[in-house]
Amino acid sequence: MSEAIEGDRSFVDKFPEEARIVRSAFLSSFFALLLGAVFGIIQTLHRTDVARIIPSTDYYTVLTAHGVFLVISFTIFFLVGLFTWALTRSLDRPLVNIKITWTWYALMAIGMTMTGVSILAGFVSSIDMSADVLYTFYAPLQAHPLFYTGLAVFIVGSWIAGADWFRTFLAWKREHPDERIPLQTFMVLTTMAMWYIASSAVAASVLLFLLPWSLGFIDQVNPTLTRTLFWFFGHPVVYFWLMPAYLLWYTVLPRIAGGRLFSDPLARVVFVLFLLLSTPVGIHHQYLDPGIAEGFKFISMTNTMFLLLPSLLTAFTVVASVEYGARQRGGTGLLGWLTDLPWRKPEFTGMMLAGLMFAAGGFSGMVNAGMNINYMIHNTIWVPGHFHLTVGTAVALTFMAATYWIWPQISNKPIYSRTIGLFQVVLWFIGMALMSNAMHAQGIMGVPRRTAEPEYSGFDYPTMFGGFEELNIQIAIGGTLLFVSTVLFIGNLVLTMGNPKVSGLADPLPPALSGPDDAPQVLDNLRLWVGIALTLVVLAYALPLAAIINRGGLLGSGVGTYPVWLGPAFDALVSALTPLADGARDAAAALVGVVR
Amino acid sequence: MHIHAYEKLWLACSVLLILFLIGTVTYGAVGPGIAMVADSEQPIDAQNLDESERFADPGVEQVGENEYAAYVVAYQFGFTPDPIVVPANSTVTFYVTSRDVTHGFEVAGTNANTMVIPGEVATLTVETAEPQEYGLLCNEYCGAAHHAMEGKVNVVSQSEFESRQGGDGE
Repeated sequence: MSEAIEGDRSFVDKFPEEARIVRSAFLSSFFALLLGAVFGIIQTLHRTDVARIIPSTDYYTVLTAHGVFLVISFTIFFLVGLFTWALTRSLDRPLVNIKITWTWYALMAIGMTMTGVSILAGFVSSIDMSADVLYTFYAPLQAHPLFYTGLAVFIVGSWIAGADWFRTFLAWKREHPDERIPLQTFMVLTTMAMWYIASSAVAASVLLFLLPWSLGFIDQVNPTLTRTLFWFFGHPVVYFWLMPAYLLWYTVLPRIAGGRLFSDPLARVVFVLFLLLSTPVGIHHQYLDPGIAEGFKFISMTNTMFLLLPSLLTAFTVVASVEYGARQRGGTGLLGWLTDLPWRKPEFTGMMLAGLMFAAGGFSGMVNAGMNINYMIHNTIWVPGHFHLTVGTAVALTFMAATYWIWPQISNKPIYSRTIGLFQVVLWFIGMALMSNAMHAQGIMGVPRRTAEPEYSGFDYPTMFGGFEELNIQIAIGGTLLFVSTVLFIGNLVLTMGNPKVSGLADPLPPALSGPDDAPQVLDNLRLWVGIALTLVVLAYALPLAAIINRGGLLGSGVGTYPVWLGPAFDALVSALTPLADGARDAAAALVGVVR
Repeated sequence: MHIHAYEKLWLACSVLLILFLIGTVTYGAVGPGIAMVADSEQPIDAQNLDESERFADPGVEQVGENEYAAYVVAYQFGFTPDPIVVPANSTVTFYVTSRDVTHGFEVAGTNANTMVIPGEVATLTVETAEPQEYGLLCNEYCGAAHHAMEGKVNVVSQSEFESRQGGDGE
């Protein structure tokens, strides 16, 4: 009944102000995606030595830009857009104060611009500014203060966004005192609760240590402490990228498949599990760190393994919901229903391929999490191979696919070409299959991540699943396909924006098969879950942090400062060293020639 | 709350998988005895490694019957000593520290791999096999010439090791 009424009007008809915010956030996100893709293709071709248009010393500027623009800017701007849409839609009420909404959007945009400028200035040698510290900004490598300031402003913006959504929810609660929290709103609120807990650590690291240090107020920082605070944030942030994709898989994908969500209560359970378990696992990124006791690493490992549970539950629910959709469309048989799915819709095929890739990423993630097998692949290119399946496909491809579904509803403009859209999502899948597979294989050979020139003068890699060179070709082809796919996506969207407005593009979401009334009331008790989440964080982190501070001091003793942005002296050092290294490589190449 | 029978089965299998994975890691620790890089060493003053007995002139020394300690300093952009020469068919413990930024220490194609963080000493015990030359590389970004940071680990026969050590005057 309410569906019919909603069906008449699209999201932008009902909430024009909110739709404008959602579009702005999406466009910021896609701008970052385009920049990230440009740096991605430069990087792929450089690393594989197919085409080197920059000196290798600039590779790290490219890598920092690729990382920050894609995993901070692209993902989080999409998230705030999607969450604004999901909350407004599911509460069926506007945000309490649109001025506050524009304020957080502006803060996030300004913060990201500051950080982006500090990174890109690294290409211009006449400016004494750079932030070639990569996405993880490990001290004592030091970026320009603008880099840290921008990150802080961006995070504060995201905090205000969360507050905006919580306030709107509370206003709704007063208007509907006896109703269950709508599912999408529940997902938004639990994800934001997780975000507040997680981002507090990186905010502390930046505001208490890294920013004062880059401004010269303190002389040194404790590298292990700032690293640990980073990973306190750095693992849950991957769920911050993933939760919007989960929201889409749970609430939108079943609809596109022609059915409805299988179980609302289990969706809530999954989001509660992520709130509880996302943070007390960050030390698994530090399995090979000296200065952290093995016991802490073991605890982190067990928590990490349990974090598989919500994702495995999701796999079941999503597949079951899609199967239900297929059977509604007339599908039959044990697997025959697979042919009755709308594979010609880019939003459907994109999300399904993203989910498939996520399963593969989950398996390589189990290897990463396996503490002792981690020795084999730690900091090798296996790791980026893994996260290009997760954030790089499960998240990114879902976002792009969802855009084909959601953009018409927030703009009243039909997609320019759904055929190109379908081609684009399949191309992404193929490109990533090639690139990620080869990255995993090279990782097992010991090829490191984060390097401009992975071939060394003094030794060759062992040959395993095909040689280093063949795998490089796979990486280069895969990376090129991904770049083409991104350009097609952006181009299609730009042409869509030129389409005339039409009506009748609304596609309302049906409620779940097993609705919220089946869910125990306790699931909606957010205070309880936040309390337990905080307790788990304290249990997992209090002792390690105390031990780290006890060992290295709050500010680290005897560790120097290595600014990458105070130009001349450092540049001189690098330019003195690089010819040496190049010379050694040339000599080695000559030797190889002689031997052959 | 209604949970479908298939979903209960799936849930049970998921929990079993998780317990199995934790079991494999536990087995790796207590069976083959794969220890993690941990906090066994005291912190060290990264900017005064010259005053450190072990790291002022780092090298390889015998510490027990067929047991050796290899002290290694990582720096922008290399390793000392280079090459690191260790004897075959022995137990070698690497003690690796940094005098500047965070580095990685990875013997390419093996599972000898650790972070090297200034102020900390990473320890890693390995069993060497037959004589072979291995590549050593830094796998954590450490500055603009990171890609040029490499070294070698030469596993040599016992007799060659002894003659080399003698030649160094040690």
